[in-house]
Amino acid sequence: MQPHAAPLRLTVRRSRSSVGSAVAVSLTVPADVRFVEEAVELMARHCLSGLAPGQRIGFRVRVLLAEALTNSILFGADGNPARTVRLAAELTDHAIRLQVTDDGPGFDPEVIPDPTAPGGVSKSIGRGLFLIRSLADQVEFNEQGNTIWMTLQRS
Amino acid sequence: MGFTKTTNPAGVAILHVEGQLIVGNRQELKTMVQDGLDRGERKFLIDCSQTAYIDSSGLGALVTLSKKVREVQGELRMAGLNEDLRALFELTKLDSLFPISPTVEDALASF
Repeated sequence: MQPHAAPLRLTVRRSRSSVGSAVAVSLTVPADVRFVEEAVELMARHCLSGLAPGQRIGFRVRVLLAEALTNSILFGADGNPARTVRLAAELTDHAIRLQVTDDGPGFDPEVIPDPTAPGGVSKSIGRGLFLIRSLADQVEFNEQGNTIWMTLQRS
Repeated sequence: MGFTKTTNPAGVAILHVEGQLIVGNRQELKTMVQDGLDRGERKFLIDCSQTAYIDSSGLGALVTLSKKVREVQGELRMAGLNEDLRALFELTKLDSLFPISPTVEDALASF
């Protein structure tokens, strides 16, 4: 089921310098989980276009975007469609750097329990950050904990 | 993109997940399985051969469904996972919770 709202609009900026080319992509998404599928596809398509990435990086980009966006919508913006979450990506010859920011109070990523610990496997929740850390080559947060950066090396 | 359901002659309900299983559509899958349980179905196969990706919400939904099916002495199996999905189940150790078969045919032969 698609939400009834204005279509999502992606902003793309391209730049070229002596060290190579770069593309910056950004997208603002209403804090409604019904937008996740469309937002992930829009971003993933631009992150992966023209660069002949293997299937594995496409899978990783999609899961990372879905996880971080869902977390921000549900916990950062309380699932309030009047609020928004911002997705951005910096694409260079060597890496894809994804960014997700919400307007919430943030959280402490160090206090999230390991879902693969005894007792965790049979739980229905708590795997999002674990998947992000497992699938990204590098994960960073801002001090407030309401922005996450996830970097994937292309090679 | 979405879910379709077929039933084989042995009464196994096969749920085909096309596209993705994520936060926005997981409830639909849960409802399909619950409706089957309410009708007395006890054998379920989740066919992932057309699944692009699953996020943690989708994994959580599968865990919930597995519990519900086991509570009524039923059986829920997974099949057709590609290499990425298989790795996801191994990373999260969910391969210890679900019987996973390479193909739908293999899974159906295991019920």
